[in-house]
Amino acid sequence: MTVIGWIQIILFCAIVIALVKPLGWYMTRVFNGERTFLSPMLRPLERGIYWVGGVDERREQHWLTYTVAMLLFHVGGFALIYGLMRLQAVLPFNPAGQTAVAEDLSFNTAISFITNTNWQNYGGESTLSYLVQMLGLTHQNFLSAATGIALAMALIRGFTRSSMRTVGNFWVDVTRCTLYVLLPICIVYTLFLVWQGMPQTLGAYVDATTLEGGKQTIALGPVASQVAIKMLGTNGGGFFNANAAHPFENPTALSNLVQMISIFALGAALTNVFGRMVGNQRQGWAIFAVMGVLFVAGVAVTYWAEANGTSILHAFDLTGGNMEGKEVRFGIVASSLFAVVTTAASCGAVNAMHDSFTALGGMIPLINMQLGEIIIGGVGAGLYGMLIFVIISIFVAGLMVGRTPEYVGKKIEAREVKMAMLAILVLPLMYLGWTAVGVVLPSAVASMANAGPHGFTEVLYAYTSGTGNNGSAFAGLTGNTLFYNLTLACAMFVGRFFMIVPAMAIAGSLAEKKSHPPSAGTFPTTGGLFVGLVVGVIVIIGGLTFFPALALGPIVEHLAMNANTLF
Amino acid sequence: MLREIRPAILVLVLLTAITGLAYPLAMTAIAGVIFPKQAQGSLIEKDGKVVGSALIGQEFKEEKYFHGRPSATVAPDPNDSTKTVPAPYNAANSGGSNLGPTSKALNDRVKEDVEKLKAENPTASVPVDLVTTSASGLDPDISPDAALFQVPRVAKARSMSEDAVRELVTQNTQGRFAGVIGEPRVNVLALNLALDAAKAK
Repeated sequence: MTVIGWIQIILFCAIVIALVKPLGWYMTRVFNGERTFLSPMLRPLERGIYWVGGVDERREQHWLTYTVAMLLFHVGGFALIYGLMRLQAVLPFNPAGQTAVAEDLSFNTAISFITNTNWQNYGGESTLSYLVQMLGLTHQNFLSAATGIALAMALIRGFTRSSMRTVGNFWVDVTRCTLYVLLPICIVYTLFLVWQGMPQTLGAYVDATTLEGGKQTIALGPVASQVAIKMLGTNGGGFFNANAAHPFENPTALSNLVQMISIFALGAALTNVFGRMVGNQRQGWAIFAVMGVLFVAGVAVTYWAEANGTSILHAFDLTGGNMEGKEVRFGIVASSLFAVVTTAASCGAVNAMHDSFTALGGMIPLINMQLGEIIIGGVGAGLYGMLIFVIISIFVAGLMVGRTPEYVGKKIEAREVKMAMLAILVLPLMYLGWTAVGVVLPSAVASMANAGPHGFTEVLYAYTSGTGNNGSAFAGLTGNTLFYNLTLACAMFVGRFFMIVPAMAIAGSLAEKKSHPPSAGTFPTTGGLFVGLVVGVIVIIGGLTFFPALALGPIVEHLAMNANTLF
Repeated sequence: MLREIRPAILVLVLLTAITGLAYPLAMTAIAGVIFPKQAQGSLIEKDGKVVGSALIGQEFKEEKYFHGRPSATVAPDPNDSTKTVPAPYNAANSGGSNLGPTSKALNDRVKEDVEKLKAENPTASVPVDLVTTSASGLDPDISPDAALFQVPRVAKARSMSEDAVRELVTQNTQGRFAGVIGEPRVNVLALNLALDAAKAK
């Protein structure tokens, strides 16, 4: 670890913190339906969409209707991506002549993109046409992100409303999020990325004659427009196979810094939106502090582990940390930081190969995802995931003093706690259950690229990433097989929607309750005690759930590495 | 609930048209005007022919050129399409080795590369980036140490003085952005082009 490395980490944190308030202020206005400086331009377009779609923007929806609308929207999105992939050979914008994508891979990819996972069993430049990249993937990057934020809004409204049956209008939330938040930022962001060197063209791949006379085919495409939303919407599905490690997908150290900031920007700002909407910004900062504590701890461990290097490198007197699977322009620190950021949020873009990280350095991304991606988290999804943990924490605090727990004016009762537990329990069921199957079935075992405990970690990482809707991978695992395409799709689907439905049920049930002003006996939820309690609950619930699995993978591998054992 | 079906189709179609077609196509048009070079992939031409991209590494094996990092990219096996064969710096199929920290295969590869480099320059210590594959397999850069390590070989192959070659390395070394962000690096293709140009003079 170096001083300049830590300065880069502190700089990153400072910029994210500085963005929380202004972005939170702007997004609050957008979702309260107030005028913004973009309204003169966008309001006519917004109205046009409602008019064609038959949406009455003043009619609000019951939580069930809101959820059904969201699900229907995803059925359409799924059909669109699946159809485009199967038909890409006969559709335009296909200069590389890509052929139709196989059924199971198309199925997996379509589920992957509607769930905001963006798991890459597809190869990007070697599999997909420009049309699929734009119309299939770029559009779903916007819409799955907008959906996440819309759902977070519905849950926040559950807390802020009193004795009401509705939680907002899904179509209005999705449209406003796309038009007022995501699209304007992406337009500016795309131009920045192109300036840094990212291609944005519909032209065919270029054949170059190298200095030594060899032939090199250079894949190109409309990269920047997709990468902008891929990062901002915490999607993470790469244009290229190597994702944000590819020099075209992340050309410079500056583009790398901005990409990391954009992964966190909206998720961090949503804590402020929450605070503003419940009438006390300190409630938002308390949640942000919980995330911050867990994040900094993760960065410290990964950076330390990667800077330390591996026993293989030490054996040959190689210093400078573990550079296998990392790019020179990012080095150890920006690669370690990126890995923690991308898994803390549910982004899943990678600028280094996590499979080649040290055992402990690679364990932190795994833990981040297993905690449910609540450290900033996916746009929207991170906030509702964190609020579920807050409900459990408040419940635990209530048990300790023998008083009905309250949070921002709402009594937390049996129904909320049951739903919160359901959401928390379904995740380990998926990633631990499928991992158990994956390490037993011979055809699944054949997909492992590394032997020994590392192979086990590859499988555990895949299902954790899928269930958590992250999308990053220990990419050595051959995921493009019938077994993994189908089981990962299952994990992604359950991980997304079995989290959403309980969260929405909580939103509906909270909205119907009366609000109570805080009294002398109310547990304050803006102070250090609350932050400590939530961190403790997260670590204990998480630790009890997945520590045994980690012991079989990264922990035993770390011990083996220190004993110079190779597999 | 049935009345949600119409917006589910039409709002989806409209938002898809905006975000999936209008947005990327408009950005392509605008970027092509403002940043035409970057938008096309930062291609480098020499004597009217494309010799590569400034951002994409390419394979160098000859002694007179600086070498980039090992690359783990592959290509489909021409004899059996279900298999792949090594194809370093394949810019149409990026990827890393994905070998883990306790991998025997990684150990063997590093061992072989270290021995080769030690034979070439026994006095200097081997820079780690010259024996590790990059994440993309297309890393255009090496560390300044890795470039300086190769100076004796290149100078000998070109019958140039080591000082002259070292001077070119220094000229082609990029520092951190704003002195803080990223890592110092040397773009291998740019350095080799500079070497060829120096010879032409």
